[in-house]
Amino acid sequence: MSTTKRPDNRGRRRFLTAAGGVTAVATIAPGVRLIQRVLAKEDDQAVSSAVRWGMLINTNKCATGCNDCVTACNSEHGLRDTGRPDTDPQWIRKVKLVDDQTGKETSLPMMCQHCEKPPCADVCPTGASFRRTDGVVLVDKHICIGCRYCMMACPYKARSFVHETLTDQRPWSPRGKGTVEACTFCVHRVDRGQQPACVEACAGADHGALVFGNLNDPKSEISKRAKAVSSRQIRADLDLNTGVRYEGV
Amino acid sequence: MSSKKIVFLTIEGKSLGFYFLLGVFALMVLAGLGASYYMEHHGHVVTGMNNQIVWGMPHVFAVFLIVAASGALNVASISSAFGKVAYKPLARLSALLAITLLVGGLVVLVLDLGRPDRLIVAMTRYNFKSIFAWNIYLYIGFIGVVAAYLWMMFEQRMNRFTSAVGTFAFVWRFILTTGTGSIFGFIVARQAYDAALLAPTFVIMSLSFGTAVFILMLHFIYSMTGRELGDLLVGRLRNLLSIFVAAVFYMTLIFHLTNLYGTQHHGVERFLLLEGGVFTQVFWIGQIGIGTLAPLALFWLPGINKSRGSILLGSLMVVIGGLSQIFVIIIGAQAYPLTLFPGKTVSSSFFDGAINTYSPSLPEWVLGISGFGIALLATLIAIRVLPFLPQRLADAQTES
Repeated sequence: MSTTKRPDNRGRRRFLTAAGGVTAVATIAPGVRLIQRVLAKEDDQAVSSAVRWGMLINTNKCATGCNDCVTACNSEHGLRDTGRPDTDPQWIRKVKLVDDQTGKETSLPMMCQHCEKPPCADVCPTGASFRRTDGVVLVDKHICIGCRYCMMACPYKARSFVHETLTDQRPWSPRGKGTVEACTFCVHRVDRGQQPACVEACAGADHGALVFGNLNDPKSEISKRAKAVSSRQIRADLDLNTGVRYEGV
Repeated sequence: MSSKKIVFLTIEGKSLGFYFLLGVFALMVLAGLGASYYMEHHGHVVTGMNNQIVWGMPHVFAVFLIVAASGALNVASISSAFGKVAYKPLARLSALLAITLLVGGLVVLVLDLGRPDRLIVAMTRYNFKSIFAWNIYLYIGFIGVVAAYLWMMFEQRMNRFTSAVGTFAFVWRFILTTGTGSIFGFIVARQAYDAALLAPTFVIMSLSFGTAVFILMLHFIYSMTGRELGDLLVGRLRNLLSIFVAAVFYMTLIFHLTNLYGTQHHGVERFLLLEGGVFTQVFWIGQIGIGTLAPLALFWLPGINKSRGSILLGSLMVVIGGLSQIFVIIIGAQAYPLTLFPGKTVSSSFFDGAINTYSPSLPEWVLGISGFGIALLATLIAIRVLPFLPQRLADAQTES
């Protein structure tokens, strides 16, 4: 049997492997980058309906008396206590529930529920109240005329009207006297790939009652948990498909 | 039908009384503008409105005026759309009041906005799913349609179109008040709203309030200018008004009876009808007592129902009852908390589960009442400048 010496292909193999690797990286990288971009959006990039931001709130973990989410929100957005609770805006509040029959007490945070079909946006005459394609319900402060019809229409009492002159507004959280405002899901943070201030504060206090994420991504923590446990929408009878869901109530 | 020719004349407008009224109404308007400036400068913190009661006294007056405006056109509609010639001499005043009352209401509504300076935004950007946006078109269109209707009546060569344009205006006013009622009827979130019945209720309310305002205005203009106003005509208007008052009562009755049947509305009904403090009092004393039962007695009881005093007092009571009704509808509904968790007692720093209180501040009253000032001032100037009113409305002129 003649032995023919096979040409040494190792160099070529190395080249092909490397080239294949480079090609693979070049092929997949934009996808990976796209995923990163979806989660942390460039300022000039439009939001995508591939994402539906949502929050799952485990009321069993939400501690009675703990106000950390509220404090974090107020600090993040510059909401101040003027001593006039009737008119002070509140974007998130702790609500205490006592069951009339059983007496069971529950504590939970209540804020804009970021409905898929928001009644506030339906009734807004100028379109200032709107829903971003990624599910975040916002108010365009430049075209809000301050009619407050959205506050009449919101089933969750989630909106506040700015009753007096503001000072020291946060640059990332535009607010103004005579306009209506509410929880923004901290879009300024979420667009940078961060968590909303309330979620971060709740985790920081070791409660972990708030899970925020992309409801459209089956691999996200929120989707997995929402699939595994029983949760509900508040006023589900209105069929608004809220972005905020509650466990344990 | 009377063959007597109707002569329309402007009011003389040189008397002390004319200038006195002109001054009073102008002062009301100025006070309203001042109140609005004060509210906008300091923010709504100087009002009694807050994050619980977001619509307050200015809205009560504004909605009353807007509802009464479309109802004030009723007299003209009966003449043009339904061909009742007895009302023809009154059609011009009826159309005029429709415009002036609407303008008064709209100005109050705009001046109460958080950002009235952005009126141009409201006029240029529309969300057509919003009944509010539709109403902007309906209100402005109404002014245009009624102005055209007036032109048909004033301009002799256009008279032949009066009936057609009048009928169109009648249809428009019907849609307009349906839209106003739907502002509340479309609110699914609140226990006291979310009812299709609110739209037709508002239509009937408009007929009642508008006719009452019309009777009062007609009487006072004629008595102050020394013109003759026959009892026959006023008696007809009284009969009409009494039917409208009874119809509003019927709609109110059905609304509450329907709510009382279903358990989920028991809370809000108990609040409005029994335990709501000022809202319960305004409902029973203002809307039912002063606004319904007393006027019906004045209009229907033999012996007193013929007297001009009874008719005027009854009409005034309908106006007070109307303001009361709108107060209960707008503010009472907000005072009752939203039900987010049925079967649970809720509490929070944001007044969840709490009955909300409302004490209107002086600027709100002044702004609200200035809406009447605007309507009265505009009416007074209009009847001075153009011949809206027949020289005489004696019985012989208005028999049909």
